[in-house]
Amino acid sequence: MSIVLLAEQILNGLQFGIMLFLMAAGLTLIFGVMGLINLAHGSLYMVGAFAAAAVAGYTGSFLFALLAALMAAAIAGAIVEMVVIRRLYNRDHLDQVLATFALILIFSEGTRWLFGSFPLFLDIPSYLAGPVKLPGGIEYPLYRIVLIVVGLLIAGGLGLMISKTRIGIQIRAGENDREMIAALGVDISKLYTLVFALGAALAGLAGALVGAIQSVEVGMGEPVLILAFVVIVIGGIGSIKGALVGSVLVGLTDTLGGVFLPQFFKLFLDVSSATNVGSSVASMAIYILMGCVLIWRPTGLYGKQQ
Amino acid sequence: MKLKTVALAAAFSLTSALSAIAEPVKVGMITTLSGGGAGLGIDVRDGFMLAVKKSGNKDIEVVIEDDTRKPDIAVQLADKMIQSEKVDILTGIIWSNLAMAVVPAATAQGKFYLSPNAGPSALAGKGCHANYFNVAWQNDNLHEAAGAYANDAGFKNSFVMAPNYPAGKDALTGYKRFFSGNVADEVYTKLGQKDYAAEIAQIRASGADSVFFFLPGGMGIAFMKQYAASGVDIPLVGPAFSFDQGILQAVGDAALGVKNTSQWNKDIDNAANKAFVEGFQAEYGRLPSLYASQGYDTANLILSAMGKASVKDADAFRAALKQADFDSVRGEFKFGSNQHPVQNIYVREVIREGDVLTNKIIATGLENHADAYAGDCAL
Repeated sequence: MSIVLLAEQILNGLQFGIMLFLMAAGLTLIFGVMGLINLAHGSLYMVGAFAAAAVAGYTGSFLFALLAALMAAAIAGAIVEMVVIRRLYNRDHLDQVLATFALILIFSEGTRWLFGSFPLFLDIPSYLAGPVKLPGGIEYPLYRIVLIVVGLLIAGGLGLMISKTRIGIQIRAGENDREMIAALGVDISKLYTLVFALGAALAGLAGALVGAIQSVEVGMGEPVLILAFVVIVIGGIGSIKGALVGSVLVGLTDTLGGVFLPQFFKLFLDVSSATNVGSSVASMAIYILMGCVLIWRPTGLYGKQQ
Repeated sequence: MKLKTVALAAAFSLTSALSAIAEPVKVGMITTLSGGGAGLGIDVRDGFMLAVKKSGNKDIEVVIEDDTRKPDIAVQLADKMIQSEKVDILTGIIWSNLAMAVVPAATAQGKFYLSPNAGPSALAGKGCHANYFNVAWQNDNLHEAAGAYANDAGFKNSFVMAPNYPAGKDALTGYKRFFSGNVADEVYTKLGQKDYAAEIAQIRASGADSVFFFLPGGMGIAFMKQYAASGVDIPLVGPAFSFDQGILQAVGDAALGVKNTSQWNKDIDNAANKAFVEGFQAEYGRLPSLYASQGYDTANLILSAMGKASVKDADAFRAALKQADFDSVRGEFKFGSNQHPVQNIYVREVIREGDVLTNKIIATGLENHADAYAGDCAL
């Protein structure tokens, strides 16, 4: 295992983690501020990807496609919040899970109805295609570097927004005591719609960015949603910082585990069973990580201590 | 008086013989029509229904249900179809794990099962059954042809990769059964994985001269796009599942020139295939995939057997199925001893035809190829 390969795999893990962060940030905000479990967050990721693919197909511009993804997911999020989610804040988590699960089915079949059952085409623009040479002789796809940079910029922007702006203060206040900030004259239902739309827009952007290198198809959001839940449990519910640290941890564990665990088992098993055992353990790695974190800190890395 | 009786008896036997042939047949189709992988089930259904429509046969009734790719739902649907719908024949399942959950129980209850896609090795060898027919292929077949092609192409050192589930293991076994070169590295990915950056880095570092991969559906789209962007230029070989008509447009130019193996392609030159490709385009406005061709062949096999025997007479109907007396879109088609196809498997290349990406046959990978498990089958 050369240093170059190791560095490349670390970059891969980082990039995967940063994209997970875009999903997890919205999820953790919604959970933290509104106390709502939103299973339909993966559907918003899908909405973003499909909107991007449709607009990219129509205009040929990747930037327009990203803009469309942001808008479509934010609008879908706002509508869902006003029509469905608003009725769920005072219900228990089971009702929320049931209703948002129904939303997954509605979004999936609605998307199939609109776009058909076959995957759509969405590719990276030619100016971001191809590999670049990094210092140290690493050849790495330019697009993935752009993903890392964009993700970090968004993370920074989100952090600033939460800590420095008025809306950020309201969000933090809403997390701590929603009756109090309502009493102070903040329009809580407008705030909730805004937070939900913001979370949705981030998910939609992630869907479009990732859809360009993966596949744009119905049901693409749910596997990511599960990982995003793992991330917010590790990071601590409601914490943006926790979501960032959790995402990078999950991304690195998943990528490096997938590469090195089979190699590790090869030290004392024959090749085919080492591959078998290694890949099986690798798929468990992030859940083992989650278990360990929860034993050490039951509310997650940056969660509020009880 | 006597003459009259004889005539009457003759008339009776004639009508009963006629009614035997005109016996209505109820087919239960359980396939994946929603969720991930729905494109495959929709193609099988559309191909099947096209054949039924073209035949003009009013005696075949098809009940279609969506299994959503979940084994438990497939089992429930099969029970419902057998017990309350009283179907004679079951068909339609796409995924091997669902087939394993449904087929043994259905055939044990005396129903016929005709597989239009899944061909798990467990049902081809010791688990074969007189009422189970596979009209597509045994799971290993296309991968074996890929291995044979890799030898012909002069590859000596392959990097092999498949998802970590039964059909993925069948795939690597099949490839290695025929590939005589060295295996540089063997990687099992997670089922449903969409990011292959880590595997692509391993491919780059492996020093292999070829990459064999089996990643059906969306997994293949993701891998192909990322592989093209990575700048790694080791040639790819794979089965048709990642290069089928339904997903090629989503992969885009990244797929151009890749060699893949299939038992069918739209340019196989025979009248049945021509009629199928034209009919499918006219009916549905898109090019057929190999899944559609399998659905179409399955329906035609049932229709051919219906013309020969009553489905109520299981032995006669089984014998009629086994003759496979229909015009397959693959050209010649026959069943081996374990009721799986013995057929040619072709090597195709992805090309661009006008605006659409499609495949062209460039060679025959394996001729009259039967599967490796037929010997274990007691039939």
